[in-house]
Amino acid sequence: MTEIKVKDKDIVVPGDKLVEGMDVLPGQGTYREGEAIYAERIGVVKVDGRTVKIIPLSGAYVPQRDDLIIAKVFNITMNGWNVETNSAYPAMLSLRDGSSDYIQRGADLNKYHDIGDYILCGVTNVTSQMLIDVTMKGPGLQKLVGGRVIRVDSNKVPRIIGKQGSMVSLLKEKTGCKISVGQNGLVWISGTPNMELLAHNTIKKIEEEAHIPGLTEAIGKFLDEQIKVKA
Amino acid sequence: MSYKERADGRKFEDCRPMEAKVGVIKRADGSAYFKFGNTWAYAAVYGPRTLFPRFMQNPTKGILRCHYNMMPFSSVGERVRPGGSRRSKEISMVTAKSLLPVLDLSAYPNSVVDVFIELPSTEAGSRCAGINAAALALADAGLKVKDIVAAVSVGRVDDQLVVDLDYTEESYPEGHVADIPIAMVPSTGKITLLQMDGIIPKDDLVKVVELGKKACMEISKLQKDALRAKYAGSEKK
Repeated sequence: MTEIKVKDKDIVVPGDKLVEGMDVLPGQGTYREGEAIYAERIGVVKVDGRTVKIIPLSGAYVPQRDDLIIAKVFNITMNGWNVETNSAYPAMLSLRDGSSDYIQRGADLNKYHDIGDYILCGVTNVTSQMLIDVTMKGPGLQKLVGGRVIRVDSNKVPRIIGKQGSMVSLLKEKTGCKISVGQNGLVWISGTPNMELLAHNTIKKIEEEAHIPGLTEAIGKFLDEQIKVKA
Repeated sequence: MSYKERADGRKFEDCRPMEAKVGVIKRADGSAYFKFGNTWAYAAVYGPRTLFPRFMQNPTKGILRCHYNMMPFSSVGERVRPGGSRRSKEISMVTAKSLLPVLDLSAYPNSVVDVFIELPSTEAGSRCAGINAAALALADAGLKVKDIVAAVSVGRVDDQLVVDLDYTEESYPEGHVADIPIAMVPSTGKITLLQMDGIIPKDDLVKVVELGKKACMEISKLQKDALRAKYAGSEKK
């Protein structure tokens, strides 16, 4: 006899019993002890057919293959660049993947990306020991020149992007800023000083109010009001 | 039988008034405080982050470092000299060991999770308050923990079994005192910390640990409510 003790979208904390019985499988963020399934981290329950999993509400960014991230160059080696990923581990941007142009062996690598530069890059590989490779070859992957980089909770990134990018396109449209959201929780904003600041504040607002339903409309209204005040 | 009533009037199996709150330190990855009466513990978790010096790195899993610190004017007695001491080193170690059985750091090789426990006010039971706060802070940091460890000190004052000793009981002058801090994993009932200072008969020890387990379940409920309170209303639509 299997009994699911929680509802979809319930908030659970570690140690909460989710399921009693063997007919349901433990998914991400849960573990089985004896016949029961317990929560392993703070999050929202998702019952998906025969599995129960937890969508985390907090926690550091862990790099995953195919993520699009914003990284900062902190070292230049013979073979490429070392970049910070806003996680516990640095990543390697190899010479081959560093630019869409051909880079000659022995060229001055700081001409391409210097220490302190921010880049928008894709994660190509993550090993079990968390050695990370990133690439800048791909559509839209580029060095981020000017503007500002802000840090948000990486668990809130899907909310900042919105469904099919609705939230971020709204922001871009209303503020006229160029915005790139990295899945590691770094956001790059570039535009006129006033609008850059407005976009910054709005993203912080989205992060704080991520749980409120119908946020996109509310943010649209907020932006209109703010722009009217400034004008 | 000379110890008949507790100085603050509570029952022998009651804890001092407790309070827990999660998310009290903004810049930390996870934080919480836990109070037993006048014993206050604040815990802040940072990480997982890359561990240096490099020789300390473990390629199979992340490591946990705890730092227990009593602030200079925190205690009722003499001023605590700032910086580490033998005592704080030992408590840091037992805190880490009491939390490790529930913590899964296998996803973070070569990294470290730092837990800083600061005590602005202490009056006995500080390591237990520290463990309670640290367990909450680890969960708040989004790390994988099987359960939230709860800790309490139990003991025997003269020949009376008591839960959550305060300073007057710990230093009771007219008889033997045993002070036994215990930490427990509430969902399994397994004990992760058991220390003792003083003397106690064997069957009393068994009885008092049972009392402690009951108190831990109460503490656990308070901890989980505090965690839920921070995240309440974060349901995604």
